[in-house]
Amino acid sequence: MHKFFIRSFVSSLVLLFTFTVAAIAKDVKAAFVYIGPTGDHGWTYQHDVGRKAVEAAGFKTTYVEGVPESADAERVLRQLANSGHDVIFTTSFGYMNPTNKVAKEFPNVKFEHATGYKREHPNVSTYAARFYEGRTILGTIAGTMTKSNVIGYVASFPIPEVIRGINSFTLAAQKVNPNIKTKIVWAFTWYDPGKEAEAAKALIDQGADVIAQHTDSTAIVQIAEKAGVYAFGQASDMDKFAPKAVLTSVENNWGPYYVDRVKAVANGTWNQKDTWHGIGDGMVVISDLDSQMPADLRSKVKKLQADLASGKVHSFTGPIYDQKGNLMVAEGKTADDGMLAGMMTYVKGVEGDIPK
Amino acid sequence: MIIDINFIGLIIASIMASAVPLILASCGELITERSGVLNLGVEGMMIIGAISGFALMTVTGSLIIAVFGAMLAGVLISTIFAFLTQTLITNHVATGLALTIFGIGISAMIGKNFVGIPGKEFPVLFESLKDTIPLLGPILFGHSIVFYFAFALPFITSYFLKKTKIGLIVRAVGDSPESASNQGINVRLVRYACILYGGSMSGLAGAYLSMIYTPQWIENMTGGRGWIALALVVFSTWNPIKILIGAMIFGGLTIIQFHMQAIGVRIPVQFLTALPYIVTIVVLVVISRDSRKIRLSTPSSLGKSFHKDN
Repeated sequence: MHKFFIRSFVSSLVLLFTFTVAAIAKDVKAAFVYIGPTGDHGWTYQHDVGRKAVEAAGFKTTYVEGVPESADAERVLRQLANSGHDVIFTTSFGYMNPTNKVAKEFPNVKFEHATGYKREHPNVSTYAARFYEGRTILGTIAGTMTKSNVIGYVASFPIPEVIRGINSFTLAAQKVNPNIKTKIVWAFTWYDPGKEAEAAKALIDQGADVIAQHTDSTAIVQIAEKAGVYAFGQASDMDKFAPKAVLTSVENNWGPYYVDRVKAVANGTWNQKDTWHGIGDGMVVISDLDSQMPADLRSKVKKLQADLASGKVHSFTGPIYDQKGNLMVAEGKTADDGMLAGMMTYVKGVEGDIPK
Repeated sequence: MIIDINFIGLIIASIMASAVPLILASCGELITERSGVLNLGVEGMMIIGAISGFALMTVTGSLIIAVFGAMLAGVLISTIFAFLTQTLITNHVATGLALTIFGIGISAMIGKNFVGIPGKEFPVLFESLKDTIPLLGPILFGHSIVFYFAFALPFITSYFLKKTKIGLIVRAVGDSPESASNQGINVRLVRYACILYGGSMSGLAGAYLSMIYTPQWIENMTGGRGWIALALVVFSTWNPIKILIGAMIFGGLTIIQFHMQAIGVRIPVQFLTALPYIVTIVVLVVISRDSRKIRLSTPSSLGKSFHKDN
C-alpha cells in the first residue's frame, strides 16, 4: 500500500512535470508570406527584419517569398497551416481574401494580415502602420530646406496609402512654407531602380531640390546625392547610400509587433485585433536627423515627433481643403481612420490629377 | 517653364545614359543572332552580370576586376547555353528561357549577402569640360568609360559585320550553315564564339546597371531590360545603327513621360507609361519597312539547330 502510494505520487509528479514542460516549451512556429523577394531592400526586406526579431526571441519561423496575390497564395497558406504553423503573417494587401478563406478552414491557426481590413473569422487579425505620420515629418523638413520651393515626389501606384502619404507630406510642407509646390511623378512600380532614378532625374531637372519617394529602392537617394539635392530614405535607413542627400528616413519597424503577437500565441493570450500603429508605438521610426539641418529645425522636428507620438498633433488636422477648394476636414477636427483608409483625393496645393 | 539650352542637354544626357544597357545587350545579341542562334536568355545573363559586377566590386574593391568579372560571368553562363544548344542540340527557345529563369534565381541566391550595401563611385571622364560648351557639354562629357564604349559599339558592330572577314563568316554561318560548313568553316565553333560574345555584352550591360547607373544590388534589378533589348534586335531588323535609334527612342520616351508628368501635362499616366513601348516599335517598323532589306539582313537559319552530320 505504502509502496503503491509512493509510486503513484512519484509518477504523478513526473506526469505533472512533463505536462508543465510541454506547456512551456510548446514550440510556437510562425510563418511569413512575402509578396516580393527578401532582397528588395524595401517592403519585404523590412518584414523579414521583423521575422528575424521573432527568431531572435526564441521562436521558430519559416517564410515563403515572392508569393503572387492569386490562387497561389491560398495554396501556400494552406500548406503552411497544414505543416504545423501556429501563426501566419500575410504581408501584402492582396492576400486579404486568401487569408480569410484559409483562416476559415483552420480555426486553430492564427492569421495576421498586413494592411487589410477584412477580419471575417475570429482567428484573423489585421495590422498596418501609420506611415503618413512619418511623412508629416518629412514634409516639415522638405518645406524648410527647399530653396527653389519645388519639391519632387516619386509615387508608385494611386492607392489610398500613397495618396495619404502625398497629402500628409504636402500639408506639413505648406504649413512651414506656403509657397511650395509638390510635383508628383508616378513611376507605376514599387521597385525598379532604373525607372525610379529616371523619375527622380526628371524632377531634379525641373527644379526640385528636395525629393521624396514612395517607391522602395535606394536609386532615388543616390541620384539626389549626385545632383546635390536632398532626399529621404524609404522603409529603411538609407543614409549610407547617400550621406549628403539623405536628411532622414522613415523606417518600417515590424519587429516589436511580430514578437508581441507570436508571444501572445505562445501564452494563449492571442485575440483578434485591428492594429494601426504609428510613431507612438514604434512601428514607424524616424532615423537620425542629418546635421546639415539647422539646429532649430532639428529641435522642431524632435518636438513634432514627440507630439505625433503622444497624439497631441495629428497629421490631418483641419481645415483641410481638396484641390477644388471643398472642405475635407473642418477646422479643429481631425480626419478619422475611415476617411484616412479610403483617401483618394488630393489636398489643395498638390499639382496634377490622380491617375485613374 | 523656361526651357533653356542646358536643360535640354541634361535631358539628352539622361536619355543616353538610360539607353546604354539596351545598346550593349542588343548589340551583343545581334551578333549571336546573326550567327543563327536565338538566345532568349539576355535577361538572365544581364542579371548575372549585375550581381557579379556588384559582388566583385564589394569584395575586391577593384572596379576593373568587377567590370571584367561581370563580362566573364556573362560568358560563363552563356557557355551553358552554347553547350546545350550547340553540342547537345537542344531547342534554342526553351534553353534561352531556362537560362533567364536560372539567371534570375542564381543571382538572387548570390545576392542575398549584398542587399543593402551601397555601391562605389564609378569614375567619369572629362568631368571638367562639362560646362565649357552649352548643350553639347553635358551630352559629350562627364560619363563613364562604359558609356562611351556603348555609343561606339553599334558602329563597330556594323563595320565588323560588313567589312571584316570574320564578320562575313558570322553572317554566312547565320544565313546558311550548310554552305558555310561545306566551305570548311567550323559552324559550331563560330556559333560558340558568337554566343559567348553576346553573353559578355549582356554581362557588361548588367554591370552598368548595378555599378554605374544605380550602384546597388536589388533582386530583379534589370527589370525586364533584357527582354526590351531582345525586342530591339528584332524590330531593328538586325541592324546595329537602328538598335541605337531604337534604344534612344525607348530611353527618351521613358524619361520624357516623367517630364510631362512633372510639368503637369494632362494625358493619362498609364498611356504615358505605355508610350515608350508603342512608339519604339512603331518607329522601328516604319524605318525598316523595306521587305527586301529585311530579307537580306534576317539570319535565315535563326533559331534552327545545325547538325553537322546530316
